[in-house]
Amino acid sequence: MIAEKRTMPAPTIDPETQEYWSAIEAGKFLLRYCNACEAPHYYPRTICPHCGSDDTEFKEASGKGIIYSYSVMRRVPVPYAIAYVTLEGTDISMMTNIVECDLDDLHVGQEVKMVFSETEGDGPPLPTFTPV
Amino acid sequence: MSINGKAYIAGAFEHPTRKAVDKSLAQLHAECAKGALEDAGLTKEDVDGYFCAGDAPGLGPLSLIDYMGLKVRHMDSTETGGSSYLIHVAHAAEAIASGKCKVALITLAGRPRAEGMATGTAPRNYGPSPDVPFEFPYAPTVVNMYAMCATRHMHEFGTTSEQLAWIKVAASHHAQHNPKAMLRDVVTVEDVVNSPLISDPLHRLDCCVISDGGGALVVVAPEIARSLNRPLVKIKGAGEAPKGQMGGRVDLTYTGAAWSGPTAFAEADVTPADIKYASIYDSFTITVLMQLEDLGFCAKGEGGKFVADGNLISGTGKLPFNTDGGGLCNNHPANRGGMTKVIEAVRQLRGEAHPAVQVPNCDLVLAHGTGGSLGTRHGSGTLILERE
Ligand SMILES: [Zn+2]
Repeated sequence: MIAEKRTMPAPTIDPETQEYWSAIEAGKFLLRYCNACEAPHYYPRTICPHCGSDDTEFKEASGKGIIYSYSVMRRVPVPYAIAYVTLEGTDISMMTNIVECDLDDLHVGQEVKMVFSETEGDGPPLPTFTPV
Repeated sequence: MSINGKAYIAGAFEHPTRKAVDKSLAQLHAECAKGALEDAGLTKEDVDGYFCAGDAPGLGPLSLIDYMGLKVRHMDSTETGGSSYLIHVAHAAEAIASGKCKVALITLAGRPRAEGMATGTAPRNYGPSPDVPFEFPYAPTVVNMYAMCATRHMHEFGTTSEQLAWIKVAASHHAQHNPKAMLRDVVTVEDVVNSPLISDPLHRLDCCVISDGGGALVVVAPEIARSLNRPLVKIKGAGEAPKGQMGGRVDLTYTGAAWSGPTAFAEADVTPADIKYASIYDSFTITVLMQLEDLGFCAKGEGGKFVADGNLISGTGKLPFNTDGGGLCNNHPANRGGMTKVIEAVRQLRGEAHPAVQVPNCDLVLAHGTGGSLGTRHGSGTLILERE
C-alpha cells in the first residue's frame, strides 16, 4: 500500500523554538547541541536535558538516519507510518512520519532521508523521512 | 523511612457499569467512594484524606471534595495517567505513616464510551506541553505508540505476535468467569493474530476494551484496619518512576517498571519468585510483556517465552495475572487501568476472587501500572501487598 498524502496540522511555535522552525522554513534541519557535555538532544531546549548547561546552540544536521521503530496505523481513513528515526552520527531519535513510501515495505534499520512535508494553513513544514 | 506495614487497604470497590450514559462523572466518583467506604465498614465522616487524578472534573480534589461533602486534612492529585491510583496508594501510606491522615479515600471514574471517544486511534493533544509541536503533527495515538514498542521488541528479541496473543488468551480464560466482563468469550492464539491489524504489529485483540465506570480504595492506619471486620491487606512496598525520551536517547525496549519494581521489592523485602498473583497493566498485550520483564519475573527479552502456553492462566500457569479479565477483557474505566489492578489484587488476598480463578493460599501479590504512553513518556507504579 503506497502512503497517501495526509493532512498534517501545523506545529504550535513558541519563543524557545522559533529559530528551529524558521530554519525549517528556509529548508534547513537544525539539531541542538550542548557545548558543555558536547551531546546533541531532541526536541530542542535552551537548557541541556543531559547536563543542565545553558550553553547550547543549533547546528545543521545531515537529515539522514535509520528507522529505530515504526508502526503503520491502518484503521484510519488515511493510513500512515509513524516512526522514530535515529539521526546519522548521533544516538538521538526523533518522532516522525515515513512518507512517499510503500507502507508494507518498511523495516527497522532501514536507511531514510529527510523530506519536508507541508502542514495546514500558514505553518512551517514538518521534518519527515522517506526511504533512501 | 519505609511504608512497609504502615497502612492497610480496608476498602475496595469496582463500579459495575460499563456504559454510563445516564450518570455524571462526579456521580460515578461518588458512587465509587460510597461503595469502597461501605466495603470497609466506614462512612464519609471517617475520611480525612482524599486522592484523585486527571480523570476528576474541574479542580480535581477541590471539586470532588466539595461535591461529596468531605472534610479532609490531606489531599493529593498526583497525575501519572492510568498508574496514578497505584501511586496514590503509596502516597496515602506515606501520608498515614507521617500522621497527615488516617483514612484516605482514592477515586477514579470516567465515561469515554458514553462520550463516544476515539480512545485508541485519534491523536490526543496535551495542550501547551513542550513536546507537542514535535509529536502531535505526526499523529501519535495510544495504539501506534505501543505498537512501536512491540515492533522494536520483536526486532531486538524475536518476540512474535503469537507470543503476545497468549496474554489475551490468558485474560479471556479469566474473563469467562466474570459476569460483568465486556469480553467473556475464550479466545485462541489464532483468534488474536487473525483479528484485524489496527497499527502494526498490534491487532484488535491485542488492545484493551474501552469502558465507562470507575473504582475506589480506602487506605487506613493499622489501628483502624484492626478495628474493622475485614481481612487485613497490608501495604508492604511501593515504587514509582517516570520514564521519557531521555533527551532523544529513545529506548522503547523497557519501561519505568525497571526502576519502580526493584524499589518496591526492596521495600517489601521479597523477590519476584515470592509473588503468588500479579495484577499487570494491560492496555495492550505488549504492555504486559514488557512490564513482566522489567519487574523481574523473567529476563529482558524472554517475555515472549514466559507468557506463552498459558503461563499466566490461574490454575495452570506459574504466574496467574489479571484474574478479573483485566483491561484486555473486563473493563478499562476512564481509559485508566491502575485502579482495577489494585482492586483485583485486594480480592485475591482476601480470597474474594471468583472461585474458578482464586489463587490458593494467596498471601503475597503485586499490582503494577503504567500511565501515559510507553512510546513517549510514562509513569510506572508498583505495589506489593500482603495478607496479614
Ligand atoms: Zn549538556
